[in-house]
Amino acid sequence: MVSASHAESLESIISRFAGRGRDALLPALWAIQTASGHINLEAVRALSLALNVPEADIYGVIGFYSMFHDQPTGETIIRVCTSPSCGLAGSDDLLDHVCQRLGVEPGQTTSDGRYTVEETTCLGLCEHAPAALVSQRGVGERSVPSAVDLESILADHSAPYPAVTGSLTHLLLDGIPVDRAQTLAEYGDYSALRRTLNDLMPDEVVAKIQASGLLGRGGAAFPTGLKWEMARRSEEKPHYVICNADESEPGTFKDRVLMELRPHLLLEGLALCAYAIEAEQGYLFIRGEYPLATQRLQQAIDAAVASGYLGDNIMGSGFNFHVEIRRGAGAYICGEETALFEAIEGKRGFPRIKPPYPTRVGLFGKPTVINNVETLCKVPGIINRGGRWFRQWGTDLSTGVKLVSVSGHVSRPGVYEIPLGTPLRQVLTELCGGVTGRLQAVLMGGAAGTFLAPDEIDTPLTFEDLRTVGSTLGSGAIMVFNDSVDLRDVLRRLGAFFQHESCGKCYPCQLGTQRQKEILDRLHAPLPGDRERLTDIGQTMSESSLCGLGQTAAAAVLSAMKRWPHLFE
Amino acid sequence: MTEDRKLLSLTIDGLTVTVPEGTTILEAARQVGIDIPTICVHEATTANGLCRLCVVDVNGGRLLQPACIVPCQDGMHVETDNARVQTSRRTILEMLNAAVDLSQAPAIQDHMTRYNASPDRFPASARREHPFLDDNPFYVREYSRCILCWRCVQVCAEDAQYVFALTIDSRGFNSHISTAFDISLPESTCVFCGQCVGVCPTGALKPRAEWGLEQGMTAARIQANNRQMRKQLPKRGRSSDEGEG
Ligand SMILES: Cc1cc2nc3c(=O)[nH]c(=O)nc-3n(C[C@H](O)[C@H](O)[C@H](O)COP(=O)(O)O)c2cc1C
Ligand code: SF4
Ligand code: SF4
Ligand code: FES
Repeated sequence: MVSASHAESLESIISRFAGRGRDALLPALWAIQTASGHINLEAVRALSLALNVPEADIYGVIGFYSMFHDQPTGETIIRVCTSPSCGLAGSDDLLDHVCQRLGVEPGQTTSDGRYTVEETTCLGLCEHAPAALVSQRGVGERSVPSAVDLESILADHSAPYPAVTGSLTHLLLDGIPVDRAQTLAEYGDYSALRRTLNDLMPDEVVAKIQASGLLGRGGAAFPTGLKWEMARRSEEKPHYVICNADESEPGTFKDRVLMELRPHLLLEGLALCAYAIEAEQGYLFIRGEYPLATQRLQQAIDAAVASGYLGDNIMGSGFNFHVEIRRGAGAYICGEETALFEAIEGKRGFPRIKPPYPTRVGLFGKPTVINNVETLCKVPGIINRGGRWFRQWGTDLSTGVKLVSVSGHVSRPGVYEIPLGTPLRQVLTELCGGVTGRLQAVLMGGAAGTFLAPDEIDTPLTFEDLRTVGSTLGSGAIMVFNDSVDLRDVLRRLGAFFQHESCGKCYPCQLGTQRQKEILDRLHAPLPGDRERLTDIGQTMSESSLCGLGQTAAAAVLSAMKRWPHLFE
Repeated sequence: MTEDRKLLSLTIDGLTVTVPEGTTILEAARQVGIDIPTICVHEATTANGLCRLCVVDVNGGRLLQPACIVPCQDGMHVETDNARVQTSRRTILEMLNAAVDLSQAPAIQDHMTRYNASPDRFPASARREHPFLDDNPFYVREYSRCILCWRCVQVCAEDAQYVFALTIDSRGFNSHISTAFDISLPESTCVFCGQCVGVCPTGALKPRAEWGLEQGMTAARIQANNRQMRKQLPKRGRSSDEGEG
C-alpha cells in the first residue's frame, strides 16, 4: 500500500499550476484529488487564488464530476460497474460481496479510512464484465477487468488484459499485438502525414475526406469532410482540433481498444485534421475511467514528439502541431461536444445551446473540429489510399467500415470491424461465435439507443437501414440479451444511468430522468397510469430537451414499449 | 436601430408577423398578442433555455424549439399551442410540481391551471427537500422552493455583481444552489446586495423581514433579532478573535 506521504504536497501542486488560468482547473483538481483523496476548502481557496477562479465556481465544478470528492475518501476507492453488461455478469453480487467484506454500504468509507466503495456507471470494459476501477491515493487509477471478488480487485494488475478483436475487413485491428500498444517503430513513419505535408494543400486533404463519404463514428453520423470544410473556412483564428475520447456510452468500448492498441494511428489522424483546418493546438479529451489508454497515449505523444512527428516544424514542413491530453472526471455528458469544451475550459460540463456550431464557435469561442477516436483513425488510410478505396465497403450513404462493440450474451464479446451493411445476424454468428442461449433482445447504440427484437436481426448495419426500423447504429454498441434476462431489470439500469448522468441544465431531462427512473424502478409492481406517465415523460424529454442526452434518454424505454408492451403492465 | 435591420416575415398560429432580424419567437409572438408561457427567462439575466416551458413547434420539426432564445427566420411556420407543445408544457409543470414547493410561485400556479397540469400526476416521487437557511440578517433561503432558474447565480456573477458567491452543486435532479462547501453567506464572498432576492421567482430567497412577518413576528422583534445577528456575523478571511462584537 502506497501511503499518502508519497503524494505531492498541496503547495507543490499550487505552484505548479499558478497563473495558468481557468482551463488548468480540471488538471489541477485531478492532481489534488490523486494526492489527497479529496479536495477540501483550503485547497479550493488556494486554487482560487492561483488560477483566478471564484471559490464557489471551483466547488460547483467538483460537485459536477463523479470522480472528484469534496469529503475525505478511503486510501483506495473501489468502483464497481452496475451498467447492463456488467449487470448480466453478476455485478450486483460483486458489489454486495465487496460491501459486505468491508462492512460498508456503497458510497461509504471503512472506519479505518482504507477503503471507499462506490457503484458506478459503465466503465467501458464490457467485454471483460464485470469490471471495476480502483483509485489509489498518491498513485491514481487502474482498471480491473473480470473482477470476481475483493481479492481480485485489490490484486496487482500490472499484467495487461488482452483486447478481444476480430474483423471482416482487416484494416484497423488486424496483425497487431492485442496486449500492448503498437510502438512507433511498428506503426511506421507517419507516411500519410509526410505525404500530405509534402504534396497536399489543406483543401485537398478536406476534399479527400469528403470524397470518402466518411460519417462521424461518435454517434451523430455527421459528414466528417463537411465539418472540416466549415471549420477551415471560418475566418476567426486560431482554430482547434479535439479528439473526443470520452467514450461513456454504456456498451461502447471500441475507442478504448483503438487507443490502447494503436495510439499512433489516432495521433496521425489528429495531426492530419489539424493540418487540414490549419490548427496548431489539439486536445485529446479522454474519460477519467480509462487509465491504461491515457498512459499509452501519453507515451505515444512523447515518442511522436521525440521523432518530430508532432511539435514544431513537423518533418521540416513549417507546420506546428501540439497535442495535450485532458482527463475527464466522471461525466457521460462531457462526451457531448459543447459540454466537452466547457470541461476543457474548466467549467461544469453543461452543454451549450446550438447554434452557433463548434466549427464557428467552439473551444474558447474559436472555430473547432471535434471528432471521435474511430473517425480520426480512419483518416490516415483514406489519405494514403483515397476515398474510392474507402467506398469499396459499405453503402452509398454509409460508406466504409465500422467498429462495433459487442457485449452480453455472445461467446466472444469484443470489438469487431465490419463493412457497413453487414447484417447484425452475421456479426453475432460469424464474429462473436454466436449467441449464448436463446436470443431475446439486442440493444443497439447503447443506453441512448433502441431495442431490436429477434426477428429484426437481419437488418443490415447501416445508419439508414437502422433508421427505417426506428433504431440507430449510434456509436456501434451492440448489447445482446438471451432469454434468461429480465428486460425490466435492464430498463431499470438504463433509467438509473440517465438519472445519474443528466447534467440538470434543462427541466425536461433534469426532472424527466428522475421521474422515469422512479417508474422503471417499480416495473414489477407498477402504479395505475405508469405507462401513460412513461409515454408523456418520454415524449417531453425527446422533443423538448436541450441536448442529445435528454433527447435520447427515453429512446430505449419507448422502443421496448413498442416491442414488448406486456413489460409495462 | 431596428429600421436598419433586415425584416423577416413568418407565421405564428396562422398570423403573419413581420419582425426585424434577431427578434426571438417569444418577442414576435408578443407583438401579435400571443402569450407563450415562460419560467426561467428574465430581462436582467442571460437566457439559457432551461425551463423549456416556452417550447413551440417550428415547421413541424422533430424537436420543439425554445421560443425565448430561438430567433425568427424568414418563412417560419410557428405553432405555439398544439398538442405536442401542450404535452411538453403540462408534463414539465407536473414533474416540477412533484419535486418543488411551488406554493409561493403564483405565476407557475397559473401556468398549471392553464395547461391542465394535475398537481398529483406523479405520486411516490422524490421531492427536493433542503433545510431552511437563516444565516444572516438580510435574507433567508428555502431551497425546497428552488426551481433552479439560475437567476440568483447569474446576477451574483457576470450578469450583474461579479461577486461569485453562489454556484450550482451536484448535477441532474440533485442539483442545488450553494455557496462553496455550503459555508454560511457571511463566510462567503456575498456582499448582501440583495440582487438575487430581487430576481427569485419562487420565494426560495426572501428578505428576512418579509419572512419574519410571515412567521407572525412583530417588526420590532425582527429588527432586534437582525441587530443581534449582525453582531455575531463571522468575518470572512479573518480569524475569529479579530471579528467585530
Ligand atoms: C450525451 C452525449 C454523449 C456523447 N458522447 C460521445 C462520446 O463519448 N464520444 C464521441 O465521440 N461522441 C460523443 N457524442 C457525440 C459528440 O457530441 C459529437 O457528435 C462527436 O464527438 C463528433 O465526432 P464524430 O463526427 O467524429 O462522430 C455524444 C453526444 C451526446 C449527446
Ligand atoms: S438534456 Fe439533460 S444533459 Fe442535456 S442539457 Fe438538458 S439536462 Fe443537461
Ligand atoms: S434560489 Fe430562486 S433565483 Fe435562485 S435558482 Fe432557485 S428559484 Fe431561481
Ligand atoms: S422561458 Fe424559454 S426555456 Fe425557460
